Amino acid sequence: MGGLQKKKFESGAATNYITRNRARKKLQLSLPDFRRLCILKGIYPHEPKHKKKVNKGSTAPRTFYLLKDIRFLLHEPIVGKFREYKIFVRKLKKAYGKTEWSAVERLKENKPTYKLDHIVKERYPSFIDALRDIDDALCMCFLFSTFARTGKCHVQTIQLCRRLTVEWMNYVITSRALRKVFISIKGIYYQAEVMGQPITWLVPYQFAHDHPTDVDYRVMATFTELYTTLLGFVNFRLYLSLNLLYPPKIHDTDIFLVPVQKLSALSASLARVVTSTEEEEAQIDLFPTEDENMEMMEEKEKEKKLLEAQMKIFEGLKFFLNREVPRESLAFIIRCFGGEVSWDKSVSIGSTYEMMDETITHHIVDRPNVDKRYINRYYIQPQWVYDCVNAKMLVPVEDYFIGVTLPPHLSPFVEEREGDYVPPEKLKILALQRGESSGVDSLEEEEEEEEEEDEEEEDNDEEDQVEENKLKKMEEQRSQGKSLQVKVTPGKVKMENPVRLEQEEKAEEKRLAIMMMKKKEKYLYDKIMFGKKRKVREVSFLKSRNKYSLLWERLCSRRS
Amino acid sequence: MKKIGLKRAKEEEDEQKKQSVCEQVLTFNMSPAEEEEGDEDVSDSEESVYSGLEESGSDSEDEPSANQQEGRVLNEEVEQLEERVLNEEEAEQREDEYEKDSSDEEDIRNTVGNVPMDWYKDFPHIGYDLEGRRIYKPIRNKDELDQFLDKMENPEFWRTVCDQQTGSDVVLSEDQLELIKRLQRGQFGDVSFNEYQPSVEFFSREVMIHPVTNRPSDKRSFIPSLTEKDKVSKMVHAIKMGWIKPRRVEDDSRGRYYDLWTNEDSSSILNKHRMHLPAPKLRLPGHEESYNPPPEYLLTEEERALWEQQDPSDRKLPFVPTKFSSLRHVPAFSRFIHERFERCLDLYLCPRQRKLRVNVNPEDLIPKLPKPRDLLPFPTTQSLVYRGHSGLVRSISVSPSGQWLASGSDDGSVRFWEVCSARCVRTVQTGGAVKSVAWNPNPAFCLLAVALDSVVLILAPSLADGHVTSSSERLLKSQQEAEPSEGVSCNWVETKGEELNQWIRLKIGHPKVVHQVTWHSKGDYLASVMPDHSSHLQVLIHQLSRRRSQNPFSRNKGLVQNVSFHPLRPYFFVATQRSVRVYNLLKQQLTKKLQANAKWVSSMAVHPTGDHVICGSYDCRLSWFDLDLSTKPYRMLRHHKKAVRGVAYHRGYPLFASASDDGSVIVCHGTVYSDLLQNPLIVPVKVLRGHVITQDLGVLDVTFHPSQPWLFSSGADGTVRLYT
Repeated sequence: MGGLQKKKFESGAATNYITRNRARKKLQLSLPDFRRLCILKGIYPHEPKHKKKVNKGSTAPRTFYLLKDIRFLLHEPIVGKFREYKIFVRKLKKAYGKTEWSAVERLKENKPTYKLDHIVKERYPSFIDALRDIDDALCMCFLFSTFARTGKCHVQTIQLCRRLTVEWMNYVITSRALRKVFISIKGIYYQAEVMGQPITWLVPYQFAHDHPTDVDYRVMATFTELYTTLLGFVNFRLYLSLNLLYPPKIHDTDIFLVPVQKLSALSASLARVVTSTEEEEAQIDLFPTEDENMEMMEEKEKEKKLLEAQMKIFEGLKFFLNREVPRESLAFIIRCFGGEVSWDKSVSIGSTYEMMDETITHHIVDRPNVDKRYINRYYIQPQWVYDCVNAKMLVPVEDYFIGVTLPPHLSPFVEEREGDYVPPEKLKILALQRGESSGVDSLEEEEEEEEEEDEEEEDNDEEDQVEENKLKKMEEQRSQGKSLQVKVTPGKVKMENPVRLEQEEKAEEKRLAIMMMKKKEKYLYDKIMFGKKRKVREVSFLKSRNKYSLLWERLCSRRS
Repeated sequence: MKKIGLKRAKEEEDEQKKQSVCEQVLTFNMSPAEEEEGDEDVSDSEESVYSGLEESGSDSEDEPSANQQEGRVLNEEVEQLEERVLNEEEAEQREDEYEKDSSDEEDIRNTVGNVPMDWYKDFPHIGYDLEGRRIYKPIRNKDELDQFLDKMENPEFWRTVCDQQTGSDVVLSEDQLELIKRLQRGQFGDVSFNEYQPSVEFFSREVMIHPVTNRPSDKRSFIPSLTEKDKVSKMVHAIKMGWIKPRRVEDDSRGRYYDLWTNEDSSSILNKHRMHLPAPKLRLPGHEESYNPPPEYLLTEEERALWEQQDPSDRKLPFVPTKFSSLRHVPAFSRFIHERFERCLDLYLCPRQRKLRVNVNPEDLIPKLPKPRDLLPFPTTQSLVYRGHSGLVRSISVSPSGQWLASGSDDGSVRFWEVCSARCVRTVQTGGAVKSVAWNPNPAFCLLAVALDSVVLILAPSLADGHVTSSSERLLKSQQEAEPSEGVSCNWVETKGEELNQWIRLKIGHPKVVHQVTWHSKGDYLASVMPDHSSHLQVLIHQLSRRRSQNPFSRNKGLVQNVSFHPLRPYFFVATQRSVRVYNLLKQQLTKKLQANAKWVSSMAVHPTGDHVICGSYDCRLSWFDLDLSTKPYRMLRHHKKAVRGVAYHRGYPLFASASDDGSVIVCHGTVYSDLLQNPLIVPVKVLRGHVITQDLGVLDVTFHPSQPWLFSSGADGTVRLYT
C-alpha cells in the first residue's frame, strides 16, 4: 500500500474537540473573559465519546469544547467590547497613577458599554424558547432582588432585578397564570403556566443573606446580566400579549412612570393600552367528529372548566394580612386567584382597606393568639392559602385556625405513579376533591385490609413450615425405618390451592427463563429490577414509618 | 446700591423741596448744627417712610395691620417733627426780625448745640446766644390749676406746644398742622410731590454710549495666552493621535426593552448548530422539602447522624428535612446562594450529553422459552434419600440395568443400593477415601471400578442374574499374563481371601493417586486419571480383558481433570484445566481442542450421540460445546451461584443436569436435533434442592438413571438422593 502514513490525532474525533486552554488562546481572552463569554453565549463543554482519542492518548481529566462552538465565538462582537473594556481599565489605572484627574474624568465619561440584546435573540430564536429557559432567570433575579447593598453586586443590578421581578409578578397576577405554590425550607416555590409552558421559580425568604465566601459572585453577576436582559424582553412581550402598557402603568393613576414600590404592593391593577377591551375568551368551536375525539374534546372541556374554577377560588373573599405574615407572597397568591387583599397601612403602601372593615372574610394570622377578634371572619394561618391553591378548592378552614397544629404541607409537584408512596394526607385531599368527606375512614379500612393480608401470608408460611417438618420426620422415619417400628399415621388431606400452585409455577418458570438470559440483557434486567425493588422498599419503609408514627400519636393521645 | 439710590433720591427730593419754596422747611437747611440733626432726622424719616413704602408696597391706605405698624413708627416721628416744627416757628419769628437780612444768615439763638435740654433743667438759663449771654428761661409761674384753666379757656391750647430750645410756648399755624396731619397719615410732607413718578433706571439692558469707567483695557486681554496655547496644542495633539476621543453620545437604548421577537426566524444559528442541547431543568421539590412535611419523611436520630457523617456527594438528600410548627418559625435557608451558584456552575461548566432513557419493560427482556410443562418428563421432586454414608459421598454410579446404585464415600466404603427401595444391599469397606466409582456400562457385565488412593479396584458385586455374573467372571478370569507395557508401571493384582468376600476382584496399582475412573461403552477399556502438573503420566488406559495398561500421551499438556470415552466412535476426551482435547484413538492424534472459557474445568460429560459435550467449571459456569460447530462453547450457562462439581447427560431423554456447591441441582432440557443446521435448544426446567451444605460443599456428583427420567445426586452431607 502506498501513500503517506496517516498521522494519529489529525482526523476524526480529535479534530472536533478543543481543550479549554487552547480555546482560550485561540480567542485571545483571559480566563475570566472566556468564562464570561461562555456564560453569555451559552457555550458549555462536551464530553467526547472516546476521551482517549480526543485527548491524544492521554486519560488526564480535561474539559473539551466543540471546535465548532469556539469558531462560533470567534465572530462574536462582544469579544471586541471585552477588549475595549480591558483597555479602558488599563488607561484608567494609568491616569489614577499619574493623578491626572481630568483624564480620569474624561475616561470615565467614555466608559465602554455593551448590550446583550443580540445574544438573547440569538440564543432564543423564538419566544417559546426564551420562556422555556426562564426558570433560572427568574430564580436568579428573585435572589438578587433580595440582596442588600453590601457591595456584592451593583446597586443598579439589584434595583433592576427588583423591578423586573415585580413586573413579572404583576403579569402573573393579571394573566392569572399561577398554578402551584409550595412552601419549602429553602423558600417558596411558584409554578405558573405561561403560554403552555410550566415555569417554576423559587423565592427565598425575606431575610438578610449570610454571604458565603466560597461563591464567585462574578459568575453570578454575569449570569444576572444576561438574565435581566432576557427577563426584560420576556416581560415586554408578555405585557404586549396581554394588551398592557410596558413599562407598567397603574390603572387609576395618571403618573406615567410608576415607582417600583407602588408596583411591588401588588394591589393595583395595571393599565391597558386599549381600555375598552372586554375579556372575551375565544370559544372553541365544536366540530362534529368521531366518538373518540368527542370524548377527548369533552375531557378537554372539563379540564378547562376545572381550571377556570381554580382560577376563581378566592373570588369574593376578602383577606386581611396581619403584619407578621409574608405580605408579598400572600398578596401575590391571593390576587392571582381573584381575592381581595389588604394589610395594615404601616406595613407597606398599597393597602386598600382597614382591619376594621366588616366585610373581611379571612384574616391571616401567624401568631399564637390575637387580642381583638371580629366575629364575622375566620382567623387562619397562612398555610391555608397555599393548600387551597394546591388543592384547587377551598379546603376546610377548621384545620388552620390559630393555635391548631397544622396538617402537613405537601408538595404539589409530586405526581404519584402506580406503586409510589402516597402520603395519607394526599389521599385525604384527593377524596375531598372528589367530594367525599369521609376520607379518613376509608384509609383506616385500607390499612385493616392490608393487615389482614399480612396475616394470611403469615398463615401460609406457617402451613409450609408445618409441612416441611412433617416431611422431615417422614424422611427420618424412612431412613431409619429398620431400626424403628414402622408406624402408619393417618395422613391429613392436603388442601392444594390451585391458584397458588399456578402462581408458584409461573414464578418458577420466570426464574428459569431469567437464568437463560444473555449477559447483557441480564445486566439490564437486574438493574431495572434493582431499581424497582429499591422503590418498593422505600415505599414500604415510608408506609411502615407512617404507621408507626400514627400508632405513636395514638398512644400519646391515649396517655394524655 | 440701595443706600446710594436712597441718597440720590434724597438729594433729588431736597432739590424739589427747594423748588417748591417751602419756607419753613428751608429754614432748617440754614443752620449747620441743626442741619446735621435734621438731615439725619429727615433721612431717617424719609428712609422710614420709604422703607414703609417698600415694605408694605402700596397698601398704606387699606391694610389695617400695616397702618398700625406705621402708626407706631409715626408716633415716634411726631415727636421729632414737633421739634422741627418748633424750629420752623422760631425761624418764622426770626424772619420777622431779619426781614431784610439775607436768607443765608444763620438763625441761631441758642448755641448749646445738639445736647439734651435736660442738662439745663436745674439752671435758670437755657443756653447761650451768639454773644455768649445767657438765655434765660421764660418765667413759668403756671401751676396745674393755671394750666387747667388755660386748657379750658384758651381755644388755641391744643395747638400750643412748648419749644424745648427756648422754653417758650408756640402756637402752631394752620399750615404746620396740615403738615403734621399729612405726616401722621404717612403721606409725603409736600403736597405737590408725586410719589409715583416713573423711575429712571440707571443700569439697564440698554447699552450706554459711554463707558461707566473710562479705564482703558489691559494689553493681555487682546494678546493670546501662552499657557492656554500650550494646553490647547497638547489637546490638539492628543486628538490627532487618537488619545482623546470626542465625548461619547449617551446611548440610552441600553436597558430599554422592546419586542425582540417581532419576526421569529426558525432558521437561526442555533438551529443550524445541531449539537446544542438545552440545559435540563432543576428537579422539582418533593414532600420532604416542605416546611411542614408528613412525619414519615423526617429523619430519625440515627439517620441524621448518618447524614452528617456522609460525604456531601453521597447524601441522598442535600438537606435535612425539618418540621416547623408555623411559617413564622422558618429560618432562611443557609445554602441558598450556594445552590444557585452550583446551578450556575452546572450551566456553564458541566458537559452535557444526550442520554436516551430506554424505557424497557423488564418482562420483554426475559426470553420466550417453551414451558417446562411441555418438556416433561424430567425429575421434579425428591422422592428417595439414601442414607448410610458417614462421610461425603464423592461419586455415584448407576448400573446399566438401572436397578442398582453404587456410591463411594470419604469414609472408605462403597455402598450398593437398590434404587427403588433405597435399601443398602452391600457395603464394601475399602480402607481409603473413595474418589470415584464407575459401573461398567456394558449390560453384559456387572463390574464396578473404584478409585481410591493410588489403586483402582474392580468389584464384581454379583448383583445381576447368573448369566451376567458368569460373563463378568469370565472377563475377569480371561487373563493374559500381565505384560508390562512400555514405561507404565502398573501392577495388576488379583485379590484373595478376605477381600474376595468383599467382592473385590482386581487391584490395579498406579504410580500416583487416582482421581477418576471411567469405562469405555463396550466395557473392556478403563481409563484412570492421575492429575499431576509435572508429568506426562496422567492418564492410563487399561484393557481389562488383556490386563494391559498403557499411557496414551507422551507429553504433558496441562493438569488433566477429567477424561471420557466417546460413546460411539474411537475418540477420547481429555479435560484439562482450561480446555478439552479430543483425541482420535485410532489415528493417535489430536482432532480438536475446545476452549472452555473457564478458569478451571471441574467435570465433563459427553452427549450419548457424542456430538456435544458439557463442561462444568469451578467458576460457576457450564459450557455446552457443539463439536460440529466450533471449538468455542455454543452456550455458557451461569446458573449456579457456586462451583459446579458435576455434570451429567441422560442417555435417552434430552436432559442434562449440573450439580453445584450451592446445594442445588439444575436440570436442563437440551434438545439436540438430528438436523445439523438447527442449534440445540437449551431450556432450564427444574432447580432441585435437598442437599445440605456442609463445609462449603454442596452436591458433589450427579447422574441420571439409564432408562427413567430420574436423577441421582450425592452430597457432602453423606446422602444420596433420588429425584423423580
